[in-house]
Amino acid sequence: MSEPLLEIKDLCVQFPTVDGLVCAVDGISLTVDRGETLGVVGESGSGKSVTFLTVMGLISDRQANITGQVIFKGRDLVQLPKDDMRAIQGNEITMVFQDPLTALNPVHKVGNQIAEVFVAHRDITKANAFGEAVRLLDLVGIPKARDRASQYPHEYSGGMRQRAMIAMALALDPDLLIADEPTTALDVTVQAQILDLIDRLKEEFNAAVVLVTHDLGVVAEHCDNIAVMYAGKVVEFGSARDIYYDSLHPYTWGLLGSVSRLDKTRAERLNPIKGLPPSLIHVPPGCAFHPRCPHVMPMCSTQVPELLNIDGRHASACHLSLEEKKRVFHGVKGARP
Amino acid sequence: MSAVTPTPQVAQPDAARVPIIKLEGVKMHFPITRGIIFQRKVGAVHAVDGVDLELFPGETLGLVGETGCGKSTLARVVMRLFKPTEGKVFFEGQDIGNLKSKELRAVRREMQMVFQDPFASLDPRKTVGSIISEPFVIHKTLSRNKIKPEVQQLMELVGLNPEHYNRFPHAFSGGQRQRIGIARALALRPKVLVCDEPVSALDVSIQAQILNLLEDLQTEFNLAYLFIAHDMSVVKHVSDRVAVMYLGKIVELAPGDELYRNPKHPYTGALLSAVPIPDPDLSLKKKRIFLEGDVPSPIDPPKGCRFHPRCPVAQLPKCATDEPVLMPHHPGQTAACHFPLADRAILGDVEG
Repeated sequence: MSEPLLEIKDLCVQFPTVDGLVCAVDGISLTVDRGETLGVVGESGSGKSVTFLTVMGLISDRQANITGQVIFKGRDLVQLPKDDMRAIQGNEITMVFQDPLTALNPVHKVGNQIAEVFVAHRDITKANAFGEAVRLLDLVGIPKARDRASQYPHEYSGGMRQRAMIAMALALDPDLLIADEPTTALDVTVQAQILDLIDRLKEEFNAAVVLVTHDLGVVAEHCDNIAVMYAGKVVEFGSARDIYYDSLHPYTWGLLGSVSRLDKTRAERLNPIKGLPPSLIHVPPGCAFHPRCPHVMPMCSTQVPELLNIDGRHASACHLSLEEKKRVFHGVKGARP
Repeated sequence: MSAVTPTPQVAQPDAARVPIIKLEGVKMHFPITRGIIFQRKVGAVHAVDGVDLELFPGETLGLVGETGCGKSTLARVVMRLFKPTEGKVFFEGQDIGNLKSKELRAVRREMQMVFQDPFASLDPRKTVGSIISEPFVIHKTLSRNKIKPEVQQLMELVGLNPEHYNRFPHAFSGGQRQRIGIARALALRPKVLVCDEPVSALDVSIQAQILNLLEDLQTEFNLAYLFIAHDMSVVKHVSDRVAVMYLGKIVELAPGDELYRNPKHPYTGALLSAVPIPDPDLSLKKKRIFLEGDVPSPIDPPKGCRFHPRCPVAQLPKCATDEPVLMPHHPGQTAACHFPLADRAILGDVEG
């Protein structure tokens, strides 16, 4: 792979509020290659959505102080003039939001809303654009697409609304699809349908996908690489196998221990992380996770750990020694080949 | 992940035990009317359509199903917040379906509910102290001067700081609010707790905290839980027995481990196969059953087996004409299907 499709370099996003400066994103560096699915995991308030809203250009510099670079196909999106950014939004980078009912306009027909994408970015008549919208609805698996295109969002079920959102996002053959908790509001059966649809369309369009979610199961099944975020920082990055079988950060261990799993028996008790995520106004000094960490050491409260590469692309930000981490993680998980 | 403590009691229902709650042929139909002055009934939403269920003291009965299958309506019928259209609801052998409000109040002391949305279920204008003490005020079980110490003890029990007695709900996080809801439900020391999606709105790490809290409280007070959720892995984690609901009917009922190892109803199989497993290798081994489309409208449910239009193994015309009844399979397991799945059909050797 020559150069990555998207490269986020040292991105910081700070919101000034009456209570103080909120550091929602605090120095994040990530890369996404073409054809890759990157999973971004973390609790509410870890900065995962803000990071990708910034990439999408949906957070303006009037709302927030943005520093760092977001390099997409060789151009820095943070510095890009508004008009140039508009040509990229919804065209080369698109987004699928969590709640499809609030993301769709209730007073316009679904078909027209999808057609709008074409009218905004391509030189095309409205009638032709509507035809394209019908084709896309058919592509994302909506039965009787021609009739359905003339219906309003309230006539769609939750899963179909999310399909319509995906149709809109894929309308112009984007290079990067950002899916921000695309299935959180949906039932498991529908969730499986939607995630498989995203997988299939990713292949078809040769796009890259960023899947922002808090569900560790979803990322295990659908992502190549995973970034774990905590308090505005990436605390661990690696392939899906690295994260699930060789995790090197106590926060990731905590997340893995919190999930109820089908392959565990009832007798096994969950092992949640103590306490609550920190306020982003008063982030704890040193490692932001240290007040909740079961392996805390004196240096953790004074020195900020750096995100260091361990082997290949697997990186973690923690002061514990590598041997210690391997011992604890594999001791916890039991013998796994 | 480190401490693996065995669950103290694994409740197994047997003939000798007396159910604390028993439902017999419960139906809950909501009428659809036309007209303003003369309202004509033009149809009905068959939210719950013939459910028999037993809940034993000290056990957790999980209830799963997709949105709109009637789980929450069933919970509200159990609580007698709705009066069932047909059928009977027994609490400790007493039919509570036709009780007057005064008699009902005595029964309500014994069963309480924890709601899904910790933001909507707490009054924003009341302090935490007054929210939790409300049951004592309503049921007059404690004299006024004894309420505050009792409430503070409850707050400590559910892991809240008793000094926050005078704070308002907005000052608490989602997980803490859910703890307030649990404290309020426990105030009168009920025997049954109906939990309607208690952890769905919470982050995973907080979910685990609340699930562990519910488990501890069950051991301490010998509570019976009716635990409703759409997340199969959460239900598996907490339940002794699990009932699967589809379009107002129970389609399968089995002890938790049995249901996950050997699901018999194809709908159970489909639900299980859709659950993501947080383990890349295991998730590849899982067999997938894809369900097309959404749950049909409960206004006019399909004839025969209600699942047949979406069922991957349905055989016409039998499935479209004969309605299957719950048949026994493994011990304690019943499923309503003409063509049940083979053993270990979905998760195979995934289950550890």
